[in-house]
Amino acid sequence: MEGQSFGSPWRQLLLATWRALIGAVGAMDAESLLLSLELASGSGQGLSPDRRASLLTSLTLVKRDYRYDRVLFWGRILGLVADYYIAQGLSEDQLAPRKTLYSLNCMEWSLLPPATEEMVVQTSVVKGRFMGDPSHEYEHTELQKTSEGDKVFEEEVVVQIKEETRLVSVIDQIDKAVAVIPRGALFKTPFGPIHVNRTFEGLSLSEAKKLSSYFHFREPVELRNKTLLEKADLDPSLDFMDSLEHDIPKGSWSIQAERGNALVVLRSLLWPGLTFFHAPRTKNCGYIYVGTGEKNIDLPFML
Amino acid sequence: TGLYLFIFLKRFYLFERECMGGGAEGEGQTDSELTVPNIMETAFYFEQAGVGLSSDESFRIFMALKQLVEQQPIHTCRFWGKILGLSRSYLVAEVEFREGEEEGEEEEMEEMMEGGEGLEAHGEEEGEEDEEKVTDIIPKPMWKAPPVIPKEESRSGTNKYLYFVCNEPGRPWTRLPHVTPVQIVQARKIKKYFTGYLDAPVISFPPFPGNEANYLRAQIARISAATHISPLGFYQFGEEEGDEEEEGGAGRDSYEENPDFEGIPVLELVDSMANWVHHTQHILPQGRCTWVNPLQKMEEEEELGEEEEKADEGMEEVTARGNSLSLKIMHMSPWTARLSCSLCPQYSVAVVRSNLWPGAYAYASGKKFENIYIGWGHKYSPENFNPPLPAPIQHEYPSSLDIMEISDPTVEEEQALKAAQEQALAAAEEEEEDEEEDEDEDLED
Repeated sequence: MEGQSFGSPWRQLLLATWRALIGAVGAMDAESLLLSLELASGSGQGLSPDRRASLLTSLTLVKRDYRYDRVLFWGRILGLVADYYIAQGLSEDQLAPRKTLYSLNCMEWSLLPPATEEMVVQTSVVKGRFMGDPSHEYEHTELQKTSEGDKVFEEEVVVQIKEETRLVSVIDQIDKAVAVIPRGALFKTPFGPIHVNRTFEGLSLSEAKKLSSYFHFREPVELRNKTLLEKADLDPSLDFMDSLEHDIPKGSWSIQAERGNALVVLRSLLWPGLTFFHAPRTKNCGYIYVGTGEKNIDLPFML
Repeated sequence: TGLYLFIFLKRFYLFERECMGGGAEGEGQTDSELTVPNIMETAFYFEQAGVGLSSDESFRIFMALKQLVEQQPIHTCRFWGKILGLSRSYLVAEVEFREGEEEGEEEEMEEMMEGGEGLEAHGEEEGEEDEEKVTDIIPKPMWKAPPVIPKEESRSGTNKYLYFVCNEPGRPWTRLPHVTPVQIVQARKIKKYFTGYLDAPVISFPPFPGNEANYLRAQIARISAATHISPLGFYQFGEEEGDEEEEGGAGRDSYEENPDFEGIPVLELVDSMANWVHHTQHILPQGRCTWVNPLQKMEEEEELGEEEEKADEGMEEVTARGNSLSLKIMHMSPWTARLSCSLCPQYSVAVVRSNLWPGAYAYASGKKFENIYIGWGHKYSPENFNPPLPAPIQHEYPSSLDIMEISDPTVEEEQALKAAQEQALAAAEEEEEDEEEDEDEDLED
């Protein structure tokens, strides 16, 4: 997502398997959308019937028009005036990163630019709710030092930040921070490539209730910092991503069993609105984000 | 918990079978059937807005409410919503008991409270005896607690309804205690996640007087007061015989459904918030809905002027409550109103979403409306949460003749004093030597 056309080899392989994985575990794809929405409904937000119908048909059209191999429904960001519906498309060319599309009415979809580091830094100063209007501009005054000759002045410059940029960076941050995948869904071969685990039949109930059975779906950051003693217990073919157990602050995931142990739901407290569901002993799992698009910075006070 | 659910549903089938066989219990059954609200219909309308739990979950909640209605003497019942927690979530039901039914339980709970206080007083007495034996009298603290504001009566103000919670449909319902004003005031200052266990302590600063059950009840009271809205004209004030002046003009908290309500067109409801009104009372900064002068029971030394001033302030608080529905806070209106389906406006439902309490929704269509809350139970604030700083350190002793507090001399002052003393000593020695010499001279002479 850094704007490079060739990501690290790890990322390329991961994306290649993500595509196959979606077919295997049925996360928010068009065919399994209804079931996924039903299972993720414990958080109270979902889609109305008319939106669901428009989504199913329009995503098929998007798939055809943009020639994606698969299109996934990512979630919904609530704005003051209107809501954004976000979808992500994966192309056959596995080297390209995921493309993000947004829509205001689930019928007409527009492509969003890929996220860059600069965008994330720029939009980190914007606070408050999303307006719901993609052309809305946030104004932010900052002091910039301009040098004229030998003297250095500090001027107040008003920077305009478009809401589209903010949308892109928020989606990227959420994906990097809280996208979840269960342990065992992917495995890594000794030569490097990562494959979908076709024998993955879902986690057992006792495993599903532990945070250590879920991984962040991104390049590992903390794995390299682990001591050799900790790594001795890990299985290198399955444990090649960061687990949720060591997230800071501790306790930023709420794990619950609903429907009498037939469904395990993980809710992120850092980005409230992200719900990951998994039905133990089945391949059903997936995540959806329905929320205001704001990070919960008060989390350490609230635990 | 799967087993729980199975047993719970089985109980209902058995109950129905008995009723059909017996026939004598038919009257009781129809009563309970009437008081349980039509959850499925409400769930359907909220689903149009994209809000709510799935339909089988809604049906299970309906069965759970039916069970609650049979167990408790309930007059009206409503599904208030769901509050998410860390380990478990809460399903909340808002009920009103039949006349005269609830006082038994209230007294039991008060007795338990008083028992605890009696033990504490006993402990203090023992401590005091020990203190007297010590020769030095430890000074008594000068801090006096502010007067406790009495909590509101049942069936009025914040305690108008009773709330029952359970973790999952099928589990037994637990009753939440009434809320006291100090709990609401403290709940406004803290922000904590619910764990899902009612007896969990709430560890926070400023310290919350109570455990999670009290905190949950306080948040439910705040959410109800802030987000329960209805279309204009749905409710009307009941006819009262009492004098309006006695109640202060505001605080008429008894309302009833308006039988002549004809429904407001959906487009008008969505257009502006002027067609929606709060039907619950606003909670004052004091923590109650009706203002109470805490100084009424003070000693006679209090000047009458002070009392009158405070009474005036109280009335201003009550009457100056503006129309919060259209107030704008930080460029953000507190409500977002929308049609549920823009493609078919003639059949859609007006949905209103709260921006101050994310998770609070209200829908209205024709003559029906409903409120619901599904969320974490916290208010939205654009600024980050700042816990209040601890209070400044109190002075230990008042300065009096016995004890006077002065600053210690600094190192420079001490050294200067030492140097001056040495100089004086050296000068004194020289004088002595001079005197001795003089004496010697005198002797020689």
